[in-house]
Amino acid sequence: MTAQDYNFAYLDEQTKRMIRRAILKGIAVPGYQVPFASREMPMPYGWGTGGVQVTAACLTPDDTLKVIDQGADDTTNAVSIRKFFQRTAGVAVTEATDQASIIQTRHRIPEAPLTEGQILVYQVPIPEPLRFLEPRETETRKMHELEEYGLMHVKLYEDIARHGTIATSYAYPVKVEGRYVMDPSPIPKFDNPKLSDSPAIQLFGAGREQRIYALPPYTQVVSLDFDDHPFVASKADHDCDLCGAGTSYLDEVITDDQGGRMFVCSDTDFCRARREAGHVGRLGTPAPSLEAAQ
Amino acid sequence: MYVAVKGGEQAIDAAHAWLAEERRGDPSIAELTVPQIRAQLALAVNRVMAEGSLYDPDLAALAIKQARGDLIEAVFLIRAYRTTLPRLGSSRPIDTGRMAVIRRVSATFKDLPGGQVLGPTFDYTHRLLDFTLMAEGETPPAQTRPAVQPAGQGPVDVPHVTAFLNRDGLIQTEAASDTPPPDLTREPMELPAARPLRLQALTRGDEGFVLSLAYSTQRGYGRTHAFIGELRIGSVAVELEIPELGFAVEIGDIELTECETVNQFTGSKTEPPQFTRGYGLVFGQSERKAISMSLVDRALRWKELGEDFVGAPAQDEEFVLMHADNVQATGFLEHIKLPHYVDFQSELELIRRLRAEATAAQEAAE
Repeated sequence: MTAQDYNFAYLDEQTKRMIRRAILKGIAVPGYQVPFASREMPMPYGWGTGGVQVTAACLTPDDTLKVIDQGADDTTNAVSIRKFFQRTAGVAVTEATDQASIIQTRHRIPEAPLTEGQILVYQVPIPEPLRFLEPRETETRKMHELEEYGLMHVKLYEDIARHGTIATSYAYPVKVEGRYVMDPSPIPKFDNPKLSDSPAIQLFGAGREQRIYALPPYTQVVSLDFDDHPFVASKADHDCDLCGAGTSYLDEVITDDQGGRMFVCSDTDFCRARREAGHVGRLGTPAPSLEAAQ
Repeated sequence: MYVAVKGGEQAIDAAHAWLAEERRGDPSIAELTVPQIRAQLALAVNRVMAEGSLYDPDLAALAIKQARGDLIEAVFLIRAYRTTLPRLGSSRPIDTGRMAVIRRVSATFKDLPGGQVLGPTFDYTHRLLDFTLMAEGETPPAQTRPAVQPAGQGPVDVPHVTAFLNRDGLIQTEAASDTPPPDLTREPMELPAARPLRLQALTRGDEGFVLSLAYSTQRGYGRTHAFIGELRIGSVAVELEIPELGFAVEIGDIELTECETVNQFTGSKTEPPQFTRGYGLVFGQSERKAISMSLVDRALRWKELGEDFVGAPAQDEEFVLMHADNVQATGFLEHIKLPHYVDFQSELELIRRLRAEATAAQEAAE
């Protein structure tokens, strides 16, 4: 396959127009799930076909694309999606968050603050925040229409009654501009505060479930909670062992079979930039570029 | 010292090269050709065409070869190709009454106009392994007999069994409609779905899923008392209206399996006692799928016939339609092998915290 066999960014222009209309509708009604005629993509459902379609519909030849999975630029699926767009759109790619005009992500929001003009595209498996409380789409759509979110509050309340805390640690539900309850995709709840008041456009694509939704810049996004049980964004109680960051979301890495483990930034670009700036964690060594300079 | 896992790109390229080698298998054995697959694995080709929603035996055979015989993977290849194709137009509705049948059986009437044609079926084969095939023995040519239709006259009309019943008012009449059916591949699925959309989803649905649902109705989960009124397999002409010409032109033939069930029905609050129908239509020779489809179609019609919803899975439109597609299902199922480090990490922290709190509470109580 050569890139010339396909239209720019793979999808034909008619399909992109259809997706752009859905995106515009989503931006006009923040948090509302817009049905769209999702296409079969050349990668499986579940691999980010929704995000890929949204990215394809937004890309222009002047864009610079960054793709992350679990916060990392080098996970296999991030590599694969980045390569797909290099091949079909020939766009510039980057790992640096601040260099990217479009960032497609799975399960994380980058640590570095986003800026105006950037687009963050989320891959979404199950767009419906009420799905595991009510499996029927016909019912949940009605519940959104009527703003009937009692079921969700009961679930959160029961969590507290049973466990003393809300037992949801990722895909933590949010309310958008006081109207729609929205699934922020399976990001850790650590990332939830970054959803709100972001200068970037945030777009959510669910390919298999045929839904697109959006947060325009500077949208108010509130994680659901109770006055006496306020939302807490949590992370592992450690610093990054490579760059020493104390405020970034961490992956736990098992280093031996004796219970040895270390914690490293899940955002590889953030970690790299810190190490290049001279920060060194508990188990880290100076960044390769610094090492070479010495 | 810890080194983060890198090299995803090289790993992917190497995996693809390895996969290609495995697909080819032992190079001392002759490579399987696409025409061989098309001709000799025709039922697999049919399934891939049906569930891929694309009638192209050559591409289906290629997909099977490329997918190493994994039919769902082959369906996926066909679907991903199909979605890039432009729509040139819509054919006129095909007329299965003018099908050139190679097989046509009715379980409800011993004989009927057009006759019973057993055709190339496994039905009465004894399932004994044929070791001559392993020894690559030649298959003797089948005997031929004058066809159902007199030679040189083209296909005769083979009237539908349900039409005989309909003439006597014994079977529910299907309402004719000229409304263009929705296109499942161009519009998002909307529920509740009208019957054309349901049938579209079923005909491209996973054969195993539709089979099991149909089987469940036979075992009492939404029983519909089905008889095979008629099962027919054969080719029909596809005609396309050419606007510049002002008439329809035959653009080719496709092979289809059509199944119509006659279902016992003692009447409901809204409908008199009469027979009711289930319908199945599938690309290629795909009997199991066509029969399954017609049973599930009938089970899904409980509302229009004024029957009770007994909570059976096969009656539940949303359950059936949202889970019938094997490309969607396998994608979402298999995606859980992708990295979930971040989510899992957040769960780890939650479980550790809950455990610590529970342990502390227990110790305080003691």
